[in-house]
Amino acid sequence: MKFDTILIGGGLAGLTCGIQLVGQGKKCLIVSSGQSALHFSSGSFDLLNQVNGEAISNPIEAIDRLSILNPSHPYAKIGKANVVSYARQAKALLERTGVETVGEENKNHFRITPLGILKPTWLSVPDYAVSPDDKALPWKKVSIFNIAGFLDFHPTFICEQFEKMGTQSDILTIDTPELDILRRNPSELRATNISQLFENETAFRNLAGIMRKGRNHSEAIIIPACLGLNGNSISKLSAMIDCPVYMIPTFPPSLAGIRSQRRMMKYFQKSGGYYMLGDVVNNIQIAPDGSFQVTTGNHGDVRFCSSNLVLATGSFFSRGIVALRNKIVEPVMGLDTYSSDDRNEWYAENFFDDQKYQYYGVKTNDTFQVMKEGKVIENFYAAGAILSGFNPLKEGCGSGVSLLTALHIAGQILKK
Amino acid sequence: MEAASISHNNFEQCIKCTICTVYCPVLKVNPAFPGPKHGGPDHERLRLKNPEFYDEALKYCLNCKRCEVACPSNVKIGDIIQSARIKHQKKPGKIRDFLLAHTDFMGTMATSFAPLINPVLGLGISKAALDGVLSIDRHRAFPKYTGQKFETWMKKQAETQSRYPEQVSYFHGCYVNYNNPQLGKDLVKIFNALGIGVQMLKNEKCCGVPLISNGYIGKAQKNGKSNLKAIRESVMDKNIPIVASSSSCTFTLRDEYPHLLDIDNTEVREHIEYATRYIYRLFSNPDRIKKLKFTDRKLNVVYHVPCHMKKMGWEIYTIELLKLIPNIKLTTFDSNCCGIAGTYGFKKENYKASQEIGKPLFDMIERSGADYVVSDCETCKWQIDMSTSQTCHHPLSFLAQILTN
Repeated sequence: MKFDTILIGGGLAGLTCGIQLVGQGKKCLIVSSGQSALHFSSGSFDLLNQVNGEAISNPIEAIDRLSILNPSHPYAKIGKANVVSYARQAKALLERTGVETVGEENKNHFRITPLGILKPTWLSVPDYAVSPDDKALPWKKVSIFNIAGFLDFHPTFICEQFEKMGTQSDILTIDTPELDILRRNPSELRATNISQLFENETAFRNLAGIMRKGRNHSEAIIIPACLGLNGNSISKLSAMIDCPVYMIPTFPPSLAGIRSQRRMMKYFQKSGGYYMLGDVVNNIQIAPDGSFQVTTGNHGDVRFCSSNLVLATGSFFSRGIVALRNKIVEPVMGLDTYSSDDRNEWYAENFFDDQKYQYYGVKTNDTFQVMKEGKVIENFYAAGAILSGFNPLKEGCGSGVSLLTALHIAGQILKK
Repeated sequence: MEAASISHNNFEQCIKCTICTVYCPVLKVNPAFPGPKHGGPDHERLRLKNPEFYDEALKYCLNCKRCEVACPSNVKIGDIIQSARIKHQKKPGKIRDFLLAHTDFMGTMATSFAPLINPVLGLGISKAALDGVLSIDRHRAFPKYTGQKFETWMKKQAETQSRYPEQVSYFHGCYVNYNNPQLGKDLVKIFNALGIGVQMLKNEKCCGVPLISNGYIGKAQKNGKSNLKAIRESVMDKNIPIVASSSSCTFTLRDEYPHLLDIDNTEVREHIEYATRYIYRLFSNPDRIKKLKFTDRKLNVVYHVPCHMKKMGWEIYTIELLKLIPNIKLTTFDSNCCGIAGTYGFKKENYKASQEIGKPLFDMIERSGADYVVSDCETCKWQIDMSTSQTCHHPLSFLAQILTN
């Protein structure tokens, strides 16, 4: 089967690159070994939150400093002007697929974590609670509703944190007869199942009734992120009870992440892209003409051929790179990785320190083409978390690197 | 190091990420089911310590394998659950389960009396009796039995078929043999149009999928070994590949035999093909594919991807084949189980869950305004036929209908 580009990995980076390419009429295949890390997403996309340990409020302004301090950072390779333009393109691309967001590339806002702490971020989905300020919330009094028996959301922590920022909150419980069936299996009472339950109109009306009754003059209602996976949105609920309702992310699985993944995947497929889920690339051959022949676990000897290849298989968590006893390897192709040969250098003693292993990943040149045995492989790119040279946790740039490198690579491919 | 410390069904590789639970169709509608993560890798640890930890509620698993497709760590969650059922579940005892499981026995009996059986099974009173006595849900529409088995028809074709220089061995399955011989005839028509002769396997037995799901493992293994012998004879001795028209038979022959029944099919596995994949391989020769001439009517077609097809990842071949039709508008639904899961949905205790699982799919089909609904699996067809206003067609039957040569 012939394609223009084959993308290995169907998470944020693979999908973004694929969507950009199919949008320009290119025939693309995504091979994804199971569902992606978007299922654990916060519901927000970070661009850049810290440089050299210092918090920053304007990611764009900080790119120059970041590039001087760390010339191998993916943003340094992309260049400041491109970072601005790709950041805007990324927001537009997400919106096209049905993932609407609020936020600008030159001013971070603040998302609320499941523990009630404010963290800087670039884009957030509009039904999630956010604040423009890092020390205060936009409300003086809120009502926090939790689903009775739901173990993935902890209003007491949130209430305590809110109080430190000068916001009072009531904690209330949502208990409707429809929830009884789910509660029979408490460990499986999950955000996605709750969302499906409230797609039923009667259950949804009951929910609105409880909130209307219990809100007690609050300026806003906060609930765990467990509504609006398919239907019956938060905006509908807000209108029904005449009070703004916002969600705060729960422990995984992440409703917003799953929703984003589904919408992006559907959009990609609708635009003509091929998405093979639950399959693993076994082998990649490079033909004499430089094209690629890929075989997978599901398809045996049927070969998938392409002129370009994009590796977006993620970092350690998604097994895009794997740590062996004394080296870091890229398992699909054995590509060159950036890492230390001395295992002692991988970790810092203190868990919360800047961990070196976070910077490890595959080596690329300035256009994100990968290398093997020191040589660049033409038309073979790496995007997203598999790349080296950045610390997604410390710098708060994981989603940004995925989105921006994916767009940069798509741009290279489209230029040909 | 990894290989040595990991069990054959790799439950140790589960990182408890919960993704599988999001994609389990049963968990959404039946809280009595512990779910793929708990029932699979979590409880496997306990079951290894003490078999008393086995939870009978694992019988609610559809074996759709959507958990495996979603798992980012490649844990064989579905296999873990099915193996646990095989090892620990109470021995089957119900007459109902025996009847549902033994599709070839039922088929042989019913085809002999088809003119009598079909109307009787359709009667309200019979359905009430099946419901009351056997716990087969009264709402369920029974597939019709044929008066003439496919095998009987096929035997008469042997000579004509042998004239083709290229041959395939057709694993027709119980459904084609006893319920829908027309599908088998359609396959023969299409393969003949491509210049390929079709022959039968020697002494084909039920692939075993209903036997496995109803706990008749000994019988499933016996069938499996007999089938493997016939398949080896065709593939290894005669160099003739196997082609099946049922996605679940294909999946069972290729993957459930080694994973669940301990039958090693390594030597022949790559030669067991689903029909659309076999035809897809001929795409490399455009002249040959041009022999298939389809209507140029405008057609709005919906393709429902069955769970086992999704697990194999082979829907891509059916899709590419359908795309050969000149004026087709093809919509693919690939993320919903239809809910029937073979014999599962026939059982009274599962009927409600079965219909609830399928509802999103039924709604999408109703909204689609499709001219044709197409799916590779016979039991998906029963479910769609019964639960929507549409009739579901096998891709080969659909293609045979719109073939102009």
